[in-house]
This record gives sequence, C-alpha cells and structure tokens, in this order.
Amino acid sequence: MSEKIHTHIFDSVIVGAGGAGLMAALYASRSSNVAVISKLYPTRSHTGAAQGGIGAALGNLEEDHWEWHAYDTVKGSDFLADQDVVDILCREAVETVIELEHMGLPFDRTPEGKISQRRFGGHTNNETGQPVMRACHAADRTGHMILQTLYQQCIKNQVQFYDEYHVMDLIRIDDTIRGVVTVNIATGEYHIFHSKAVLIATGGWGRCWEVTSNAHSLTGDGAAICLRRGIPLEDMEFFQFHPTGIFRLGILLTEGVRGEGGVLVNDQGERFMERYAPTIKDLASRDVVSRAIYLEVQAGRGIGGNNYVHLDVRPETVNHYLKEAGEDRRIDAAYIEEKLPDIADFTRTYLGVDPVREPMPVQPTAHYAMGGIPTDLHGRVVLDGENTILDGLYAAGEVACVSVHGANRLGTNSLVDLVVFGRRAGLHMADYCLEADLLPLPDNAASSVVNEISRIRGNSGGVKSHQIRTDMQRTMTDNVGVFRTAETLAKAREVLENLAEQYESIEIDDKGKRFNTDLLEAWELGCLIELAQATTESALARFESRGAHARDDFTDRDDENWLKHTLCFKDGDSNRLDYKPVTLGRYEPKPRVY
Amino acid sequence: MRVELRIRRYNPEVKKKPWWGEYDVDDVNPNDSVLDVLHRVKWTIDGSLSMRRSCAHGVCGSDAMRINGTNALACKVLVGRLAKEGSEKVNIQIEPLLGLPVEKDLIVDMEPFFAHYRSAMPFFVNETPAPDDKRERRQTPEDRAKFDDTTKCILCAACTTSCPSFWANGRYVGPATIVQAHRFIFDSRDRAYQERLEILGQRFGVWRCRTIFNCTSACPRDIEVTRAIAEVKKALATGIV
Repeated sequence: MSEKIHTHIFDSVIVGAGGAGLMAALYASRSSNVAVISKLYPTRSHTGAAQGGIGAALGNLEEDHWEWHAYDTVKGSDFLADQDVVDILCREAVETVIELEHMGLPFDRTPEGKISQRRFGGHTNNETGQPVMRACHAADRTGHMILQTLYQQCIKNQVQFYDEYHVMDLIRIDDTIRGVVTVNIATGEYHIFHSKAVLIATGGWGRCWEVTSNAHSLTGDGAAICLRRGIPLEDMEFFQFHPTGIFRLGILLTEGVRGEGGVLVNDQGERFMERYAPTIKDLASRDVVSRAIYLEVQAGRGIGGNNYVHLDVRPETVNHYLKEAGEDRRIDAAYIEEKLPDIADFTRTYLGVDPVREPMPVQPTAHYAMGGIPTDLHGRVVLDGENTILDGLYAAGEVACVSVHGANRLGTNSLVDLVVFGRRAGLHMADYCLEADLLPLPDNAASSVVNEISRIRGNSGGVKSHQIRTDMQRTMTDNVGVFRTAETLAKAREVLENLAEQYESIEIDDKGKRFNTDLLEAWELGCLIELAQATTESALARFESRGAHARDDFTDRDDENWLKHTLCFKDGDSNRLDYKPVTLGRYEPKPRVY
Repeated sequence: MRVELRIRRYNPEVKKKPWWGEYDVDDVNPNDSVLDVLHRVKWTIDGSLSMRRSCAHGVCGSDAMRINGTNALACKVLVGRLAKEGSEKVNIQIEPLLGLPVEKDLIVDMEPFFAHYRSAMPFFVNETPAPDDKRERRQTPEDRAKFDDTTKCILCAACTTSCPSFWANGRYVGPATIVQAHRFIFDSRDRAYQERLEILGQRFGVWRCRTIFNCTSACPRDIEVTRAIAEVKKALATGIV
C-alpha cells in the first residue's frame, strides 16, 4: 500500500519542546530556519514538572562560587562526570539564570529584590562542608516557570512549531544527517522534515520502571531512534532513583522539602540520615539517600514494616532540628504553603495527607537518566570512544550525556543542563547550518517507519502492549533498581529478551489513522524495551558500585578499572559495549563522604 | 470498588455521530484517579479510546475533560471522591471539553484556544537595557506577589471551556488568555501593559466576562481566575495597574 508522504524543508529541526529544545530553538532561530517538533503541546513537556530550583552560584544570600558548584557536581557524580564540561555547566549557570530572569522568569525574591535561593541536596560551602543556598527557585514550580518563559519567548520570536507530530526515525546516510520522519498524530499521515541538522531533545525514559516520577510520554524515543541508527548510548547503567517519590505513585516531592528543613524519619521516629551522612544528613546526594531508605526498609524500619519511610516537614519538626543545629531561623505553616504549595497540593490530593500536620509517606522513584546520547561541549553527537563527531546531529537535555552528571546527578542540575547546553547546541547548530549544504533525501526515506507502523497496525498476534509494559516495568523495578547484582541483572536480561520477542506479536485494537494513541503507545513500548535492555547490559558489565549503580556483589568503587564511561551499541538484536576515558581536571577521585 | 463509566465517544473514521460507550471496571482503588480508570479501559477493554495525558499529576494540563458535568483534570480527580459515602459503586460520566471542536473521543481541537492565548502578547516585554552589573532586574517580594497566582496557569483550557460566555461566542478570548495577560500586566518589570490592556479592552476582551465564577471553580491550579479578570477590568477602567 502506498502512503502519501508530506515533505517540509528547514535548515534544522529540533525534536522535543522541553527546556533544552526551546532554549536551543530561541538561539538557533536567530540566524536559521528552524522547526520545533513535539509529540505534545510544548507546555505539556516534563520540564514543567521540575520543582525545587535551578542551581547557580549567584551568592545572593551567602558566599558562593561557581567552582564550589563544580566540585559538588563532580563529587555528586562519584567522579564519573567529565570535568571540562562540568566547569562550563557551573560557570555558565550564573549568566544563564540571569538571562532567564531577563526573559521575564518570575523567580521568588529576597528582601533586597534579588533572585531567592534555597538549599538543595549535595550543594555545599566547600570550606565548611555545610549546605549552601544555591537553588534559584520560583516556589516549587521552577520547571514550570522555565518552560512557560521559554515558550513565551518562542512565541514572541515567532518560532515555528509542529505540535503533536511524533518523530519516529532519523534519516542518516553514512555519516550525514538528512532529517527526521514523523507521524502527524491528528491525521496519521507521514511527514518528512528534510534538514541540514537535527537536534534531539526528547527527555528521559523513566517509564521503563514501575514507580516513576516521569510522565507517561517519557518513553525515550530520541535515544532509541539514535541507538537504532548506529549511535551509541553512554552510561546507561546510571539511572537516578529520587529518594522522595510519593509512596506507590512515584510523584516527585522535591528535595526542596528537605532544603527548607524537612527530614526523613523511620518507623522508630529516628532521623536516620544522621547515621548515613553525618555532615549534611538529609541533604546528601540522591543516590546516597535512596540507598539509605532502601536499607532502612530492608532492616524492617519502614513505617509499619512497609516499604516506605516518612518525610516530615511539619513546622514543629523542622524547628526542633533547626534549634538543635543552632540556627536562628524558624518556620511556620504559612511558610510551607508559600514555599511548597504544589507539594502540599499533591499530598492533599493524592494521599489526603496535609504536610503541615502529618508526615508524608515516601519511597525512591525512578527519576532521571544520567546517561544518554553522547555529545561534546557544543551538543554535537559523538559516535565512538574516540569522540568522532557526527556532523549535523545534536542532542541536549536529559536525552543527552555530555557528561556533566556522571554516575549521579546533583539536584537542580537537570535544569542547568537544559538551559546551558540547550543554548550551546542551538548556537552551534545555527552556525553549522550557515556553512552546511542541504543534502538530498534518499529514496523511500520513510519506508522503515511506514513498514513498522503497518506491521503493528496489521498484527494479529493477540498480545497487548499493556501486558508487556507491565511485565517490563516490574522486572526493571525488581532487578535493575536501587541495588542490583549479577543474578538480578541476568534475570532482567532474560525477561526482557522474552518480552522483546513477544513484542513482535503485539496486537492493537485501533486500526484507524486519527489520533491513534493505541498504535503510538505500542510503538513507544518498543523504544522502552530497547532502552531497558541497553540499561541492563551496561549494568551487568560494570563490576563496581558508583553513584546510582549500586551492586551488592561489587560494593566498592573501583577507579583503577572502572573510571570510564560505558558506550552501548546496538548490533542487530544484541548490544555491544565499549568504553571511553573520563576527562579529569582539578579534582582527583577520592572517597565520597557526606 | 466498581466504576460504571459512561464515555462520550466520537470517531469520524468509524461513525459520523458521537455515541455513548459504557464500561464497567472492577477492583478500582478509591485512591485511583479518573485517568487511571480511563487507562484501565484503554489498556484492557478498548484500545481505541483516545485521550491526551502526560504527567498524570496535574501539572502538564493535557487531560482536562468534563467529569460528571464539571471540568477537571482526569489525573487530579480521585474515584473515591466521586462516590457516595460508604458506597462500593460509582457512576462516572466523561465528556470532552465544551466549546472546542471534538476531534476524537475526549480529544478536542486546542488550536482556537491557543490562538486566543497568543493574541494578548503572552510574553515578557522590556527592551530597556539590563542592569549595568549584568545581574537580575530587581523586584520586591511585594511586587512579585501581585501576579503570583496567575503564574500557576498550565493552559489546560478547563476555565475557558467552562465559561458560558465562551460557549455563546467562541470569539471571546476567554479566561485563560486573560490570566496569562494578567501575569504580565501586573509584573513590575514588564513594559507592555498598555498594549495588552488595549487588546483586552476590545469587544471580545474582558467585558465579555459576566462574573459567573465557573472558571474559578474549574481551575485545577486553584487560580482565582475571576479575581484576576476583575483586576484587569479595574486596570482598564482606572488606567492604574
């Protein structure tokens, strides 16, 4: 059956309209013709769910330096981050946050009218080791404000959007990029965007796990598409479990709750982080806190013997610990309502728990991909361990791996990454388009997408995507979670292989064209399975514990053998691994103590 | 508990006219959201049921719809709260938003909504040079508080499509557009309030609001929409912001 294929021509296309995509669009559109393509309306992007803040050493409330931010980032990463790009991240964070303010972003204010800052996990005064106020915030909806502000500026600058177009393939011929293949969700028709350059900014893939803070739409499409087109994925074994997801639901409760003074408490009423991180306690890095919660639950100290602990931000609790720490500051219920209104709304809506009066039940929730499409400091995608650049292909934001997060991302640095590297990639891509030629489209550029979609639509194997997805999410949660071993990872590998086979027999109910979300969900599931497999293979091969990759059978960090990045390639139906060195700098790896 | 769902279905590829689909879902946790139940239907009964959704916790604004006659985000309405006290069964009726063309099932054409939104300059304007120290423009916490409420808007359209004035005439810009403009009109750093007020003072601007308060009840972000509209009206009437 022949399908009508529409073709559009642009200098560049940006896939994904979250923080990274929109920041890149603002810069790239100044000097080139750009299309922003998103499977959602841009304001639905998951950047909007980010809560607590964006880190930048403005020093508005106390002494701070971008070099301190850089050290905290490297330490948080368990020394796996590349230190040259961490310097860029933390230095440019300052000017970029100011730029966001100049774009109108309504940050909270200090009494002097400056951008307000709060404490956050792993951000410290490097001299005292104590938490420092570095997270610039707008209540607990900082990501929402960033997303809205960038979208507003895109409207002002007449950026061209293709909303609800689902990107399904990258057109790569040898080492050149020719555009992307999409489906217009409203009509089911195929649209090719023919371009000199493509920037992938599609976000993460938390939906591989059962309990996640991620939106349903976070299915890692951009990463999976690149993997299929011969591009490796870097450091896939490092996936962050945020310590404080709402029990059972996974909805995020920002680290800002602890930044404002909230504490984690076990069934015995003990503030257990004092044992795991004596200096900064509840504000240790996320991997450290998630492991602590897991171990408390394992030891039978979960609340009522269940697999959750309490996050307590009641003013009396917070004030008790502030007093104990010798601080003058005291808070009241009105302060919680002002600084954490969305958190209060979430727990009231979904749990019937009022955080001003009761503690909140929390458990670790799959949150953020440290790994992803490898790039250089301009967002250019690299193809191998020698950092060979694939001209015309860019990636930024969570889907990319620069790598500034290494083995564990510091809170607030996701938003910094989006705007700093979104801007860099957008600028570089616009310059690239001035020089580059528009190379011709190959014949049948859309054929692999058309074939795959027809296959799914026509299949009658009787297997439901829901069943496969649920099995995948369970197996990833059970076996590729906060702690893993060779045994659990091998089990996950086997289950995933089986699910990948079943996926071939998937059958959908909706055979139509318009808004066929049944079909799109089935296609997205294919991406998730491949990313789950890449994660599992990368984790199985790394014989050490580092950051978010905690192995019960290799409990120590092993810098001698494993201070290197994993690259996972797809070879037919299997994955092949390679490695590349970490770029060190001012900071020598040393044991990580909080 | 048991949920008996009645969903307004429409798919022009299958049938010219809309119809009611009825689905019974058992063993529902009262703490599950309406979106969870819609997913149960889609994933286990009829995959062709179509709706938009993304974040599933009330911040992305994808899944606004009419639930038992009231606009809400499906992911923020818990099934147990729709049931009568002590009842093990609940009837839920779901329809697409009113006032926007239905595309398929619970999916409406959002373009008229976003076109209104774009019409009132929903972006920060200040062409004066940034401070010499290359730092932020200063704003007092009191000035910042003046527009805090309207910064919460997620453009879900629940307010606009609950408004009888909008139902009566779709050329009315609607509450969401005014909320978004309010966010800039009352921002002490912005310099384009006069242009925005001029746009909103026109025939299909704020004066179409009849102070019915449906928008305020519908807002899943608890924005005091009617108050925001009144503040814009007052600014128009007095010339003072």
